[in-house]
Amino acid sequence: MIQESQLDPSQAVLRQTVLAGDYYIHVVKRGQTIRILDLEGNQAADTLFYNADDPAERYSAIDTIREQGNIYLTAGSKLLSTQCNEMLEIVADTCGRHDTLGGACATESNTVRYALEKKCMHACRDSWMLAVAEHEEFGIGKRDITHNINFFMNVPVTPEGQLTFEDGISDAGKYVEMKALMNVIVLISNCPQLNNPCNAYNPTPIEVLVWD
Amino acid sequence: MSRITKNPREVLYQDTIPGGAHWSMQLRQGSLLRLVDDEGGANVGMLLFNPIDHLERYNAPDTLKCQHTFRLGKGHCLYSDMGRIFCSITDDSVGWHDTVGGNSNRQSVRKKWGEHNYQQYRNDWYLNGHDSFLVEMAKYGMNQRDMAANLNFFSKVEVDEVGNMHFVENNSEAGDFIELRFEMDTLVVFHTCPHPMNPAAEYPKKPVTYQLMEAAKPAKDDLCRNSREENQRGFKNTELYNLGSNCR
Repeated sequence: MIQESQLDPSQAVLRQTVLAGDYYIHVVKRGQTIRILDLEGNQAADTLFYNADDPAERYSAIDTIREQGNIYLTAGSKLLSTQCNEMLEIVADTCGRHDTLGGACATESNTVRYALEKKCMHACRDSWMLAVAEHEEFGIGKRDITHNINFFMNVPVTPEGQLTFEDGISDAGKYVEMKALMNVIVLISNCPQLNNPCNAYNPTPIEVLVWD
Repeated sequence: MSRITKNPREVLYQDTIPGGAHWSMQLRQGSLLRLVDDEGGANVGMLLFNPIDHLERYNAPDTLKCQHTFRLGKGHCLYSDMGRIFCSITDDSVGWHDTVGGNSNRQSVRKKWGEHNYQQYRNDWYLNGHDSFLVEMAKYGMNQRDMAANLNFFSKVEVDEVGNMHFVENNSEAGDFIELRFEMDTLVVFHTCPHPMNPAAEYPKKPVTYQLMEAAKPAKDDLCRNSREENQRGFKNTELYNLGSNCR
């Protein structure tokens, strides 16, 4: 569902560009709004959320889609935790559909998906590993890295049970915006994947904006 | 289980888990686990871990995207997050098993089927999938941080053109089965609690029989290995792991 935001970027309390292949980790407080902006189009932002007050509680893709009865995320979707608490709500979305089934790329799964020789190519999980290694203060590690959201990514499922990866439906300037319903750690890998149309084989920057 | 058995189809061990219960076991590379839906309408929630490194666990997204599938059945492989195959589905009479519906929890079971606590109902109480996993996982030092999207064998959740999810009733009949051949040593945690989307009026208590056998070594033309090029590479990764772990 396309829902535009009324928020003014010049009023944001934080604006940060995240380059392709980099990570972003930051706490968004309850009541704040976070926007992820696809600056150049067709990018994938692999995102995880944790309860900042107890990181053992985290975003749960399967609980979120089951409780809303639909596998795609868009405006109105409430992102649930592993304890089925509401973490964030998508309040604006100019892309219209986001994936939460496909997971993130990792060097190991790249070997399976593309070729054994591709194991040394940069991958989302490596960005997350570096993020948790450089930010021990958040108390998260590989144990806590699970099933994420792929903002701006298009992974249709057919009624026959096939999973397909299609060209992105995002474009330059499209965004998704969420209101935090608890204090959350936001962990994003701006996807460096070069083997897959999820980012048009050309990873590009995103911008993260936060409003009070 | 014994490693000296020569007859691959001989059942080495058999047991029945009542509906709404949980259990766990470690299976070696080369073992075959056959799950049988005794009465029809069963659900087996399952998680898989590397027994010597619990950080390596079943990864539903990788399993789906490596095989471009939303359903699981004969010929599919169940992947870890490390690009390796815990087990292959070598046989299956159902055709569609779920791995996106997740787990029931205390609140959802109470809301749907009412409070059936231990104090009043003893071992006929209504257990839920989430707590069942927590109990079994804690036996190995794991907690909710080690949880992941689980398998739901015998259950089917389909998706329509606009992405709406539908639980399909009567997906599995009495006597239906699935066989898992383990390609590496694996810690198996499972429960027989109802699928969280099951709309049954009464809490379904559906027993499941499991049998352990010794698997025949995958041949060159093995169905699971050759069902996709991705799985050939998954098998190679798993062989490399087994080569290393057997050098210990």
